[in-house]
Amino acid sequence: MRVVLAEDLFLLRDGLVRLLEAHDFEIAAAVESGPELARALAESEPDVAVVDVRLPPTHTDEGLQCALTARRDRPGLPVLVLSQHVEQLYARELLADGSGGVGYLLKDRVFDAEQFVDAVRRVAAGGTAMDPQVIQQLLSRRADDRPLGGLTPRELEVLELMAQGRSNAAIAGQLVVTERAIAKHTSNIFTKLGLEVSDDDNRRVLAVLAYLDRDR
Amino acid sequence: MTTNTDSGGFRARVRETVLAAVRGLVLALVILPVSVLCFVLVAVSVALIPIGVGLVTTPWLLGGVRDVADVRRRLAFEWCGVRIRSAYRAVPADANPWARTFGMLRDPQVGRDVLWLCVDMTAGFVTALLPAVLLFYPFEGFALPTGLWRVLGEGETYWYGFVPVSGQATAFGAAALGAVILVAAFRCTPALLTAHFRLTRAVLDPGQGELVERVRVLTETRKDAVDTSAAELRRIERDLHDGAQARLVAMGMDLGTIEMLLDKDPEKARQLLAQTRQASVEALGELRDLVRGIHPPVLAERGLGDAVRALALRLPVPTEVSVELPGRADAPVESAAYFAVSEVLTNAVKHSGADRIRVDLHHVAEGGGMLRISVTDHGRGGAVVGAGSGLAGVERRLGTFDGVLAVSSPAGGPTMVTMEIPCALS
Repeated sequence: MRVVLAEDLFLLRDGLVRLLEAHDFEIAAAVESGPELARALAESEPDVAVVDVRLPPTHTDEGLQCALTARRDRPGLPVLVLSQHVEQLYARELLADGSGGVGYLLKDRVFDAEQFVDAVRRVAAGGTAMDPQVIQQLLSRRADDRPLGGLTPRELEVLELMAQGRSNAAIAGQLVVTERAIAKHTSNIFTKLGLEVSDDDNRRVLAVLAYLDRDR
Repeated sequence: MTTNTDSGGFRARVRETVLAAVRGLVLALVILPVSVLCFVLVAVSVALIPIGVGLVTTPWLLGGVRDVADVRRRLAFEWCGVRIRSAYRAVPADANPWARTFGMLRDPQVGRDVLWLCVDMTAGFVTALLPAVLLFYPFEGFALPTGLWRVLGEGETYWYGFVPVSGQATAFGAAALGAVILVAAFRCTPALLTAHFRLTRAVLDPGQGELVERVRVLTETRKDAVDTSAAELRRIERDLHDGAQARLVAMGMDLGTIEMLLDKDPEKARQLLAQTRQASVEALGELRDLVRGIHPPVLAERGLGDAVRALALRLPVPTEVSVELPGRADAPVESAAYFAVSEVLTNAVKHSGADRIRVDLHHVAEGGGMLRISVTDHGRGGAVVGAGSGLAGVERRLGTFDGVLAVSSPAGGPTMVTMEIPCALS
């Protein structure tokens, strides 16, 4: 699997390259600035791009803009965006085209190599990886909302993991229950929220995120 | 050649003289009714304040007087190159009638405007009329010897200036005086009009007094700014010292222990490693919060509009944000505006009980530029800018940038907090 990596801090870039190579990714390009990233995305046709939000030369949201532009040129191009801070505002922009293949994680998540690599793979396969902090922000905003209040604590837990982009199997693994139990929970959640049940994992995640982000 | 230049200069001089006289005449004719009317209306309006009507009419009238004065300031510069400064205090656009009326009445510049109305209808009127009188009076003198003295005198002595005209000879004397006055008019008419505007300047211009006031305000806001930033630095130092720094020390110690345990007790080492990793995550979380408090990353990356949008998304109350900023303000202004909005929003969430908040940010280009922010909620109202309230802190913060804050919050709501900061966008 070919990866384009954009990160301006040498130590982090180097660490990420080693981490990804150790998990059998091929690094097509590891760059440190916005213009280089744009070129690399256009030339090396990667399977997934791992991009830091803030890049030189402007040190603003150059990386994010690059990723959004690249996805407009090549819809569905899998992009995993890393940042020192997560903002719902950026998550919403990344999810806006509704085509999946999007990740948005805190840089800290790299500490847990397995989960991070899993997230990269999921995004590359067209799935979603949203940082738990983004989901928590979305959920806390709706703390006293009726439809969400109707969920049991267990269902809320499942909803949170589902919104992060995890598959039923992964959720089952994390909560130490069977996949069947999770399937039952998810169908309950969808009924209670009035959402259409879908077998497609990715469409399911996008529906949940759209639901949580509604009415702002 | 020389003759040509001379006659050209002469013609220009005549033109200048006549122009000054005509301008003075027009000015004098306008001054009298306008300044008398303005003054009377203002006086009546102020007298009506106790019964409430004055609260509505006074700001409106004083605004009108200001417009009249502004026209005169412009004419002074365009006609005679006399520059008259103005130093009106800013009144927030949404201040309530009471605050607006008394804010304006306390403004020394408004006081000078009203005083100027009195001076203008007397001395101002005379000085404006004088150039025209000097230029046109001599023509009466020239007309007297042609027989006009008989008509005007009606058999008695007719006074032209100080010349008693009682016959043809004295009529010629009057004509001679007219010629002298005409020469004088020729020499000093433009200067006389300038004198009128100088008089206006003497009354209207803020002069030294305003500078003293300005210095006082600047000293005060500078002290506030220095105090605030010193307190901020102390807070940051304490947070780093007790937070991230302490955690790094603990992590370093843990790593040392892990190194020791690696051979003896690998299981224990593994446990400790997981713990250390958790500590690093917590340290990062603390640093992130700290950074957000110093300078929010979205503000650096996207500017004020998106930073406020991102802030709104974090609030537990649905908040609508509308932004109309064609560019970015200076970083210190952006930062002050962001934290002011943040504080006002926190207040609204904590105290108003509102279920919806609206934030409106826009920039007005005229007059050097003004960033205008309003935060509205339909909560229970009753917010005040008092000692120890968050809003007083916001007012101080904005003061450093000559910004102002106005609160309209009747009991029962709605509450509207308006902030204005003079600034240009880039």
